[in-house]
Amino acid sequence: MKLQDMRSTNFSRFAAERNKLVHTFGALAEIGQEVSNKHNFQETIRTSLHLVLGSLGIMRGGVVRYTRFENELNMVSARGLGDDFPFGMSLCYEDERQFLANGLYPIECDQARVLPFFQVYDRSIGQAKIELFVPLVVRDELLGGIFLGEKASGEQYTSYDKEIICAMGRHIAVAISQRNLMAELERRADENRRLYDDLKMTYKDTVKAFAAAIDRKDKYTEGHSVRVGKYSEIIARELGWGEEEIEGAAFAGYLHDIGKITVERKIINAPYRINAKESSELNKHPGAGFEILQPIRHPYAGVPLAAKYHHERLDGRGYPDGLYDREIPYIAKVVNLADAFDAMTSDRPYRRRRSAPEVFEDLQRNTGKQFAPELVTALLRGMMKELSGESKDKTFRKMLGREYMESEGLMPIVRTALNGLAPTSPLTFVAYK
Amino acid sequence: MTEVSSQVLSDSQGTATVFAGDYLNKLSGERIERECRAKLNEGCREIIVDFSGTEIVNSIGISILMGVIDAASGIGARVVFAEPNKMTTELFDMLGLTRHVEIRA
Repeated sequence: MKLQDMRSTNFSRFAAERNKLVHTFGALAEIGQEVSNKHNFQETIRTSLHLVLGSLGIMRGGVVRYTRFENELNMVSARGLGDDFPFGMSLCYEDERQFLANGLYPIECDQARVLPFFQVYDRSIGQAKIELFVPLVVRDELLGGIFLGEKASGEQYTSYDKEIICAMGRHIAVAISQRNLMAELERRADENRRLYDDLKMTYKDTVKAFAAAIDRKDKYTEGHSVRVGKYSEIIARELGWGEEEIEGAAFAGYLHDIGKITVERKIINAPYRINAKESSELNKHPGAGFEILQPIRHPYAGVPLAAKYHHERLDGRGYPDGLYDREIPYIAKVVNLADAFDAMTSDRPYRRRRSAPEVFEDLQRNTGKQFAPELVTALLRGMMKELSGESKDKTFRKMLGREYMESEGLMPIVRTALNGLAPTSPLTFVAYK
Repeated sequence: MTEVSSQVLSDSQGTATVFAGDYLNKLSGERIERECRAKLNEGCREIIVDFSGTEIVNSIGISILMGVIDAASGIGARVVFAEPNKMTTELFDMLGLTRHVEIRA
């Protein structure tokens, strides 16, 4: 061969090698980009498989993902493997799994028949003309694998090809590892959500048990805490609060009188109007309730404050601190109204419950003094909805009794009371004391 | 960039011509593969992929073309790559695709 011919041949070979390098490195760069982009996992694997096959001219292949719990390799993406190729392939033996997890290097299927996995799936692998299996491993953990068929050129895989495949396999392994981590995070988040829900359920049951215990202590106001909780819930719902906040209002109502467990039973159950000394003792229950509830981590904000301030009034004549309108926590205002409404509509040892006209007259008279107007509106609106049938809820009927709810003229009374209310508190802008 | 052609021409002899567009990548490639498979299912026994306007074919494009070749050979149809440029022809040759298709200049 002449020197010139030799030069020409070498140049052609060099140019071909250069083109091959450009092509494969282009694919390598693309696969890196694909994995780092936040695409859908399935799509990332599908594109990565295209890149592996297209970079070296491989006729067919598939990417499988290893699932630890089932010890299975499950197909994520396949091209040209045919419908008969198994979707899930078991890796039954621990030593086999350990062998595959040893490192990321292509295994020639022909020479791997000593492994049970290749024996079991020999027919499928043979039919699909699979030549290589590349385990996908990250930090000694088997994450999956790539099945690769014959090259379009009909040539054997070279060591250069295998290096390229390994480099691309590392990217795919990282994609699977990221997906596994995300799945694990999602699983843990779900578990935490379930635990939180369980915890909330336990809290609810405990609170209801406490409410029942408080009401048991006061035989004349049995069911009071539960009713205050229900009325608080209605007011909160009518105010347009979110579900969590509505639940919080209900629980603040259930627990508002918890401080009464520190008050002597004879004072609570006195069948007469209590004297000043007894009254002073009884008036300590909001502070005692706060002391009891404050150290507890409630899932809802404001529960201890509702207990402490549910006897405060907008005009500053309440107790224990004589707070004015905007100084009073809003949840305490809600519970205050619910508490007062129940007190008015329940029998006491020393008096019968008030008639509906008296109750609504009292509410109107004390709106802006004891009760925030928008809260009274919310309570009345809730009642009106039930009376008119707009709401299917039967809370008022259950709490007040059928007779009370069906008493003649109740609906016009509630409507008149609603119409007569100012939209906002007249004391809202009054200077604090 | 010219529009990725999804134009398919068919003649009565069972030949379909699919235009590859100027850049054969994932987006255009998958459309071409769908069209080719549809034509094969309709009974075409010769698919001509026209590369006359094609400047670049990337790895995903190659993989997709191999899918077309595989699908065609599975039912005894043939694939022709028409008028690829020199660089594309070299790429097809280097990767062994020319063993499975006829290159028509």
